[in-house]
Amino acid sequence: MVEAVAAFELKNLRDEKIAFSGTSDALVCFIKEDCPTCKEVMPVLMAMYEHFAGGIDIQIIGQTLEGNKALDKAYGPGFSILDDSALKVSFAADVETVPTLFRTDADGAVADTLIGFVRDEWQDLLQRLSAEFAQAEVDLDWQSLPQWRPGCGSLSVDPSNADRLRAEAENSPIRARKIDVGAQDDEFEFMFDQGFSDGLPLVPPTPERVLRMLEGTRRDAQEIIGVMAPNLGEVNIEKIAINAVMAGCKPQYLPVVIAAVEAICTDDFNVHGVMATTMGASPVIVVNGPIRHQIGMNMGMGALGQGNRANATIGRAVRLVIRNVGGAKPGETERSVLGNPMKFTMCFAEWEERNPWQPLHVERGFDASDSVVSVFTMTSGPTLIVDQESRSADALAGTMGQTLEGIYNPKAHFATNCLLVVVPEHVDTLMRDNYSKTDLRKRIQETSSRPTRDLVGNDVSGAGLKAATAAGMSEEALNKMMPKFRTEEDIHIVVAGGEAGKFSAAFHGWVTGNIGSIPVSRKIDI
Amino acid sequence: MTMLSILDPTDERVPVSRQITPRPKQIVGNVALLDISKPRGNVLLDHLEETLSQRLPDVNITRYAKPTFSKPAPEALRQQIQANNDFVIEALAD
Repeated sequence: MVEAVAAFELKNLRDEKIAFSGTSDALVCFIKEDCPTCKEVMPVLMAMYEHFAGGIDIQIIGQTLEGNKALDKAYGPGFSILDDSALKVSFAADVETVPTLFRTDADGAVADTLIGFVRDEWQDLLQRLSAEFAQAEVDLDWQSLPQWRPGCGSLSVDPSNADRLRAEAENSPIRARKIDVGAQDDEFEFMFDQGFSDGLPLVPPTPERVLRMLEGTRRDAQEIIGVMAPNLGEVNIEKIAINAVMAGCKPQYLPVVIAAVEAICTDDFNVHGVMATTMGASPVIVVNGPIRHQIGMNMGMGALGQGNRANATIGRAVRLVIRNVGGAKPGETERSVLGNPMKFTMCFAEWEERNPWQPLHVERGFDASDSVVSVFTMTSGPTLIVDQESRSADALAGTMGQTLEGIYNPKAHFATNCLLVVVPEHVDTLMRDNYSKTDLRKRIQETSSRPTRDLVGNDVSGAGLKAATAAGMSEEALNKMMPKFRTEEDIHIVVAGGEAGKFSAAFHGWVTGNIGSIPVSRKIDI
Repeated sequence: MTMLSILDPTDERVPVSRQITPRPKQIVGNVALLDISKPRGNVLLDHLEETLSQRLPDVNITRYAKPTFSKPAPEALRQQIQANNDFVIEALAD
């Protein structure tokens, strides 16, 4: 309930502007024409106006202009109904039901609030007014009026209006610049023309939709969560919500998008380099914890593909934030020679329940009950590791090692990292021999190892160690076995995918460590 | 038909158009050679340093390097180059 009716200025049916100070002894009543209770109350309002208008400020406010005209014509009241078809005054007064009558005292504070029509309440109020102003009682046949009528919903709380009114209200969390799309313009074409799109249509981020999106988080809309390279644009929750709307997210996905953006806006992740590199790197987002189920993410069949709204739109929202706030656009500060489809979206959940090992987020230091987003920089993938024949863990892990040696090119050892997605059937083969994640990593390193001399560039492939450098190396150094990855920690492992199909996959990394991009995990603030 | 309003998804900054510093007619004073730490950038800069030293013996040349090509130069390095030099030549890569 409001404590005071704020000042307003509305036009009456004679097109005169009527100002209400908000600090006077007054009666303010909200009605709408299509409400039967309001019609039953009209004779009471008319009698009240006739009786007390000389002593107290009385304002009757209608919620549609046409309705106000119809009431005026039907009843010919002594008052001219004020037009609140914009519903801002109704919204500001927190009116949920019509009729609602406020009695404010000389300080403007609400002394009485009558909602709907309860005959005794209205009669009591009018009797008190008569006593207060030393007037005869209002001449009304109260017994002919119904004892009780519930009233109708105020248009200001109608779902089709409420979000707009919240967006336009003075305490609205919306601060972003509003862009008017011409009435003759197609809003979808307009957004393409403005360069907001990744090439696919966007959901128009109207204030109403953005407000609904912001309901997905408890965080303040204006909280700045980071600076997004390459343009070093400040990212706040509102901007993330706008881009999440455009991407097609539901409000309950927003905390995941926020956490992913937080992860990306770190020096470790280095989105500046990720976007600017000619190599075509892109964020790959993995979600762990209870939120996977709460928002219906896909971690099973087709987890890395299309068809699941959460997977698809969370990844897309993150990319749109990078594009629109960070300014990374292909041909400008995004310089990938080929690009790749992950640049539209790449987000999936780990199937922890099908994972015999620690899930990714626990391995990375979080509690199993935490919901966590992990962001990797990957340049290729998912690249399949096809092995339908191996029946032992060693043999299958060997296939994985040999396949992973092809990352970048076979001679590029110690160059990057990878995100290995092990499918359930391959998990079963590995667990036949009780393989741990450590066993898997060791076997990958073992089966991808080559003597250094094999990594020297030659006529078959000029890539690799320079021949001149190799010429200066000792026999011992040239015979030294070099695994594919600098450390076992560069092999990140998750479980996902359908129950059938012996096709695991790997995402191939970019420049790793301090000089490139380091994977970052963030707890999701739900 | 009512007008639709949408919210700006960008950082709302109007790009600043910057004036390029006037190009001097002569190279005098201090020249910075900046290596961004990409492979073979040093080869290009070695040749440049040699050529410049021969043609412009009075010019002082100082070599600088970014810690990594994948990130912007640290603020301190940028200030140091700006404070101590009249010219900078940066060797990009690829």
